[in-house]
Amino acid sequence: MATKTYESGLDKFNRTSKGINILFNTIFLVIALACVVPVIVVLSISLTNESYIRDVGYSIFPADFSFEAYSFIAKQGTMILRALGTSTLVTVVGTVLGVLLTTSMGYVISRPSYKLKSFLTWIVFIPMVFNGGLVSSYFINANLLGLKDSFWALILPLAVSSFNVIICKTFFTSTIPDGVIESAEIDGANQIRIFFSIILPISLPVLATIGLFLCFSYWNDWFQSMLYIDNPNLYSLQALLNNLMTNADALARNAQSMGVSSAELIAKMPKESARMAVAILIILPVACAYPFFQRYFISGLTVGAVKG
Amino acid sequence: MSAKPEQLKRRKRFTWRKQDFELTLLAIPTTIWYILFCYLPMFGIIIAFKQFKISGGFISNVVNSPWVGFKNFEFLFKSNDAWIIIRNTIGYNIIFIITGIVLPVLFAIMIGLLHNRKASKVYQTMMFLPYFLSWVVISAVGWAFFSFDKGILNQFLGNIGHDPVNWYMQPEYWPYILVLLNIWKGIGYGMIIYLATITAIDSSYYEAAVIDGASIWQQTRFITLPLLKLVIVMMFILSVGRIFYTDFGLFFQVTRDSNSLYNVATTVDVLVYKQLKSATIGMASAAAFVQSVLGCITILSANWIVKKIDPDSAMI
Repeated sequence: MATKTYESGLDKFNRTSKGINILFNTIFLVIALACVVPVIVVLSISLTNESYIRDVGYSIFPADFSFEAYSFIAKQGTMILRALGTSTLVTVVGTVLGVLLTTSMGYVISRPSYKLKSFLTWIVFIPMVFNGGLVSSYFINANLLGLKDSFWALILPLAVSSFNVIICKTFFTSTIPDGVIESAEIDGANQIRIFFSIILPISLPVLATIGLFLCFSYWNDWFQSMLYIDNPNLYSLQALLNNLMTNADALARNAQSMGVSSAELIAKMPKESARMAVAILIILPVACAYPFFQRYFISGLTVGAVKG
Repeated sequence: MSAKPEQLKRRKRFTWRKQDFELTLLAIPTTIWYILFCYLPMFGIIIAFKQFKISGGFISNVVNSPWVGFKNFEFLFKSNDAWIIIRNTIGYNIIFIITGIVLPVLFAIMIGLLHNRKASKVYQTMMFLPYFLSWVVISAVGWAFFSFDKGILNQFLGNIGHDPVNWYMQPEYWPYILVLLNIWKGIGYGMIIYLATITAIDSSYYEAAVIDGASIWQQTRFITLPLLKLVIVMMFILSVGRIFYTDFGLFFQVTRDSNSLYNVATTVDVLVYKQLKSATIGMASAAAFVQSVLGCITILSANWIVKKIDPDSAMI
């Protein structure tokens, strides 16, 4: 195992002096904090009282602690909740669909005796080198396929990436023994059955890798919304935040006013902290999830580096 | 692949087995996806040579709009912006390529030398965080620091008796800010790629070096760096292959599309998006076409160079 070499190799012969070690640790501590602190700042702004922000400005530590923004979101933010729902649904549906499309293609082009193997490999490969560009993709998707202002515009264009297909293909060729497939064939299983009930269950590492890549890219996507979505009811969290960044009143204008006029709501609403609270709503699941999945990402990166 | 009997090979060529049929069935959904989302746009590129109108059906529009040849390209290259955009796209990419290799390699080597494994894992995890943030979120983070009246930086400047700076109106700071943000977002990712290579180095090299009395610096210089060289060259060539593409989010979201920053933050991707949204389709499609074609050429040449250096790492 690679990690074992690391520990027994570099560790054993690791002879940097104490002073250098302290210096390096200090450097890394500073850089690591520089990577994390900005996110903590956003969190603390979201927890600061709106009037304090208005008078003093943003602060690194929550100076005047308040849950105002979050309770506003919970009470008034039907739009935020809907956006949260859209983001979640897009992430789940997109990941499942993407994994299915990617792995099935990866499996098919990994079968050495399949007749259309080289043809399909080219189908997958060419888009890695040449693409139609943003303008014609936009017109195809929006006009020809009618994806403008549709839920599927957030999902379909991102579902497959040739890079992921190649990762799958590499994985299937290198780790699945031919014997497994041959014996299933002898038992009379067809290829579709073999794929779903034999290949997928024993390919969890690659499913996890691809699934995670897709999951994070769907959750973090804002570009598709910016291109194709005009209807505020279809905004994802990212699109909503994007909108709030340019116009903090957007929320109040679209929120359902419960007995209050929308002008009153705009005046009352905690704009600055609500904006940062939406950012936290986006960051929180990612920040909680990624440390646990970090090794899958790393293995995914390494799988990608090995050519099949 | 295990050797198949000659007979089977010959049969394979002529008959369409049940297996092939089933595999084709399995591949159909993804193939349709590729046709719709990758190959149709490739033919859509033709609109770069036409005077395209947005209204109505797409196909009839493409067929009916008049052929203008290279007129769109003429407009593009005659505009004053062409030079700024080429300069920005390539200039930032050169800086990103250099910083995106030197710093991660340096940090990967350094983090491998830390005595405490646990601390090194914690640093890696913390440094990986920005990689998982979207540009919209990062633009919110940026706003918290750079906002004129409430931003943390201006409060800090006020505390030390300095006048506040209107960051989003001052182009002179942005090349640095953009480069720093790009490093900030990518550092953890880059470091891990090189660290994976370093951890895979056979420890017997170091063992032998230690027996010969090599210091840790000599080990780094004569073992780690030479063995990293191949990966470094690959990463370099791959990023050169993407030199006509930039991260749209970095240049559009983080700068909040501020007009004052046009000269320092407009790259090909930003131009194409803006033209598309402002319905200046001709120039947008010409720019996108140039980007695709030049991108294709650079990727293929990069691949060709990779093949010369290390045939196994080539894409094709």
